[in-house]
Amino acid sequence: MIPSAFDYSTPASLDEVLQLLAEEGENSKVLAGGHSLIPAMRLRLAQPEKIIDIKALRPQLSYIKEEGDLIKIGAMTTYYQIETSDLLKEKAPILPEAASVIGDVQVRNWGTVGGSLVHADPSSDLPSVMLALDAEVVLKSTKGERVEPVSSFFAGILQTTIEPDELLVEIRFKAPGGKKSSYKKLPNKASHYSVVGAAAVVGVADGKITDAAVAFSGLAEIPMRFDALEQKLVGVATDEASIAEACKGCASGVDALEDLHGSQDYRRAMADVFAKRAILAALSK
Amino acid sequence: MKQTVKLTVNGTTYERDVEPRTLLVHFLRDTLGLTGTHIGCDTSQCGACTVLVDGQSLKSCTAFAVQLDGANITTIEGLAKDGELHPVQQGFWEMHGLQCGYCTPGMIMQSVQLLDRNANPTEEEIRHGIEGNLCRCTGYQNIVKSIQWAAKNKNQGASAIPEADAPQVDPKPIAPVP
Repeated sequence: MIPSAFDYSTPASLDEVLQLLAEEGENSKVLAGGHSLIPAMRLRLAQPEKIIDIKALRPQLSYIKEEGDLIKIGAMTTYYQIETSDLLKEKAPILPEAASVIGDVQVRNWGTVGGSLVHADPSSDLPSVMLALDAEVVLKSTKGERVEPVSSFFAGILQTTIEPDELLVEIRFKAPGGKKSSYKKLPNKASHYSVVGAAAVVGVADGKITDAAVAFSGLAEIPMRFDALEQKLVGVATDEASIAEACKGCASGVDALEDLHGSQDYRRAMADVFAKRAILAALSK
Repeated sequence: MKQTVKLTVNGTTYERDVEPRTLLVHFLRDTLGLTGTHIGCDTSQCGACTVLVDGQSLKSCTAFAVQLDGANITTIEGLAKDGELHPVQQGFWEMHGLQCGYCTPGMIMQSVQLLDRNANPTEEEIRHGIEGNLCRCTGYQNIVKSIQWAAKNKNQGASAIPEADAPQVDPKPIAPVP
């Protein structure tokens, strides 16, 4: 379907983008890779009056770098750049692993990490990975800069705490160092969106888990972590039976999503399965 | 309000006035008359509309033409050179990589991208590389064989993405679709 008509602008600098957002942010949508926004516009789920195409910022906002103990990723970095980044393969291999199962090659060529986080589709993959990594987002506006943890950034289906005048410019997190990590998901066969996905970052010593972060995609309205599960995993031996036991019922009581790809019960059951698979895959690395 | 875009498609530079909401696939098919690029699902899933934009495969239903102002685009019409099929096209011919043919242009363009990044892919890498292209005839076995044929028979070392011909003059604009 053809999207509804809109005004289109291509501001040349970050200052110009922020100025436009300050003036017209309420009725505008920022266009980066377009691989969340354009499908929504084509179905007329989104009908913005104005599109602010930030393609001029691509050279400035496409980067993956290490500064001190922080890994910083520019908001316009594509999934393909994440998938193929040598720095991330070494320092945070869960990100290239997760990026390699997003959508398909064409989507990964164009979709951006910032777009994925701001769009906040509960079935997308990187939000839960960033949650497991305790990442923060850097938001800019004409008023200045704000840093918010990913753990409070997601507010609901397709909703975040970003203000209409703000632009997400960077995602950053502490490199998980010696920890092991993996992302496993049950994909929808056509779109490859997650029915349920699990991102696991675990520390291990003497054959036992010392700490664990496990975040889920597709399970509920926002990416979720469960204190009970993460506490239960501490001290658990690294064999399959022990981990399966610790993950059992981890999402019980969660108000899970429900659609034709899976009922609430099915999604909660798959949370057990994919938490276990992600942890085992992490431990095998 | 219409905006002017300048796009180089298969070596020819076109300047056209389009509405910002014009999707690239509609620009190619309706404005330029290049109907080799197909529209399948309209939901960014099937890959029938895949083209190469500056060497990166794109589902052309998922970009506005204005977004790609200045870009260099290759469509299925730009693969054969001087009447000689591109190795991937030849592979689909040799190994019967198509049944109804509807997914074929997108499937071939994505295969070109795949072989450009990985000259000798394993079968698993081929299947992962064309995940974004759906064949309703389910002819995947022969599609994989076609890509394997192309990998084996293409000019090793050369880029899978063909060089554009010398720049050509914009042909007479076809009448815009009202």
